[in-house]
Amino acid sequence: MDDETIVCRCEDITYQEVVDTVDEGYTTLDEIKRKLRCGMGPCQGRTCMRLIARIIKEKTGRHLDEILMPASRPPEKPVPLGIFASYEVGSKNARNCKRSEQFRSIFGGKDE
Amino acid sequence: MRGIVSEANNSEAFSEAKMSDVAVIGGGINGCALAYELAKKGVNATVFEKGYLGSGATGRCGGGIRQQFDTEDNIRLVMESVKIFEKMEKELGYDIEYDQGGYLVLAHSDEEKERFKKNVELQRSMGLGVNFLEKEEIKELCPILDVDGAKAVGATFCQTDGHANPFRVTEAYAKNAERLGAEIKTFTEVKGIKKEKRFEIITEKEKMFADVVVNAAGCYSKQIAEMVGVKLPNKPYRHEILATESLKPVLKPMIISFMDGIYFCQHKTGQIVGGIGNPDEPSGINTESSFWFLEKMASTITRYIPSFKNLNVLRQWAGMYDVTPDARPILGKTNVKNFFVVCGFSGHGFMVAPVTAKLMSELIVDGKTSMPIDNLSIERFKKGVIRKEGAVVG
Repeated sequence: MDDETIVCRCEDITYQEVVDTVDEGYTTLDEIKRKLRCGMGPCQGRTCMRLIARIIKEKTGRHLDEILMPASRPPEKPVPLGIFASYEVGSKNARNCKRSEQFRSIFGGKDE
Repeated sequence: MRGIVSEANNSEAFSEAKMSDVAVIGGGINGCALAYELAKKGVNATVFEKGYLGSGATGRCGGGIRQQFDTEDNIRLVMESVKIFEKMEKELGYDIEYDQGGYLVLAHSDEEKERFKKNVELQRSMGLGVNFLEKEEIKELCPILDVDGAKAVGATFCQTDGHANPFRVTEAYAKNAERLGAEIKTFTEVKGIKKEKRFEIITEKEKMFADVVVNAAGCYSKQIAEMVGVKLPNKPYRHEILATESLKPVLKPMIISFMDGIYFCQHKTGQIVGGIGNPDEPSGINTESSFWFLEKMASTITRYIPSFKNLNVLRQWAGMYDVTPDARPILGKTNVKNFFVVCGFSGHGFMVAPVTAKLMSELIVDGKTSMPIDNLSIERFKKGVIRKEGAVVG
């Protein structure tokens, strides 16, 4: 990786920016996530977190096992609000929404 | 305070031990802002934070800054706070993503409308630029909002309300505090406090002595207070929130409704961030996410703004409100000398922190404050009659 290599594609964060942040004293993924917004974009950290963990390891000498992943936040992948909205039990459009049916077939649950 | 410090310095007993004038417990917005204000007054503070800065309620909050309250204390506090927020980027040298897009507070019934009109009267008498809007005016101000879908019959709007990025603000205060001599200890949990001549702060790593202790531990402030025998009436409640993917600017004001318990806005980075309260939420420390919230938030926000049905939710999370019996903060002295509390913000800690930090630094260093905070002292709960803040959301 060179200095300009993009580590976080969602937020356009480069290798050098991560290195500078670690040098500033932020040596956990939780802190770097909040400082640089890595892991807050559409991929939710799937692309960048392991790469950043490696940078922390290189800079601090800590073992990868000691570098904890930030808490995983639901939903696991981006889901439109409309799907959850139509899922609400008893809501007017629950019965008419195909997405809602698909959703129920995956996650279970029933109408009023 | 200066008296206390010089007395401490003359004492020989602890000359070898690590000393700090003030130990601040909690590295959220209030702890960091207080460390900065104390440092500005030349008082050296040490902040103890059990996680990273802002890992508690601060980093989990929506970042809203609202002056439209219904008790004078809260209105006055946030009005003063806004004055500080407006100059903060310059004073602290950080981009805090501050946006004064205003707060649009929806009324859903004639009864609420009347109450809001009274609030506006009170707020205007205090110098706040706030207006009551009829339905048509809401549509004009915020065309993306479906006023009928939201079942709104009126609203109040204050342009100088807004929001900022809580991580940026916390970091800005912390870095400036350190620059002026404060010490900030992250990943350092306070395990105990002993009160003898001074306070002894016990952590896993070390002991430290301090003349003054400030409890700014958010939902843990009750436990911290118990370490010195101070009882707080606070109770923790979980509140959930979500963020969507980013989109071009479509929503200027923060939209809130006390009836639906919802609030949401668009941050400068483009995402929609908001939450909705669960009236049946039991008290207790819990930061798990619930499916109930996701459904309730999604169904309510898409009723307010139908086009959001195609907007992707990226993540949901939860944080703790540190709630007092009257939903107003507890600031000031306690019955243990030199043990101060800055807690009980009941969901509004971020928005008032700049001013509460300033007032607390005045109280600790000068012994008096530039704005009265007696109404917010812990003593008020002994009197029995309390005036509850009604304008609480989420």
